[in-house]
Amino acid sequence: MSRSLKKGPYVDVKLERKVLRMADAGTRTPIKTWARACTVTPDFVGHTFLVYDGRRHVKVYVVEDMVGHKLGEFAPTRTFRGHTNKKGK
Amino acid sequence: MPRIVGVDIPPNKRVVTSLTYIHGIGLTTAVKVCADLGLDPQMPAKNLADEEVQKIAGYLDKNLIVEGALRRSVAQSIQRLKEIGCYRGLRHRRGLPVRGQMTQSNARTRKGPRKTVAGKKSVKGH
Repeated sequence: MSRSLKKGPYVDVKLERKVLRMADAGTRTPIKTWARACTVTPDFVGHTFLVYDGRRHVKVYVVEDMVGHKLGEFAPTRTFRGHTNKKGK
Repeated sequence: MPRIVGVDIPPNKRVVTSLTYIHGIGLTTAVKVCADLGLDPQMPAKNLADEEVQKIAGYLDKNLIVEGALRRSVAQSIQRLKEIGCYRGLRHRRGLPVRGQMTQSNARTRKGPRKTVAGKKSVKGH
């Protein structure tokens, strides 16, 4: 079910503050974050995030098309390396 | 034989039904099209006058995305998901269900015909 429009998109307050501060300063260093549920706003475009996947921080460079998606969508939490090959053993 | 938006040639059926042969038009939309244009939905499609066919074509052009354009826009949306590397895009790339369905069993629509794996015993209890 999609989120109620009344509430508006969920944007992690601290993360947004950080992005805006960096935009003011004109710097673009990667931001480490655990806020996977945070929606990508237009302000985020061009920044790099290190989104936590439960193990590591995955590098996510935000492009315009990603606006409206959540950060977690770009950092998969599961690794599937394929089924075991019986012949190989 | 009436021809609407390119290739669609709906034959001896009633107008509403034959309109649903156009990609992007279902029953609900077809009923609405007939109502908006004041056409008799029950009339066989072959009785449509040329001008009525024109009217339908004009209406579809103005109000709906249909056939090739619709197919293209759907393909583009999927392409976009694939390009930004989000979870839904990954699922599309792998040909697995996109909306969180289970895949241990079923999911055959997305996965296609079963590929039997030799030596794999029944799934229950391993």
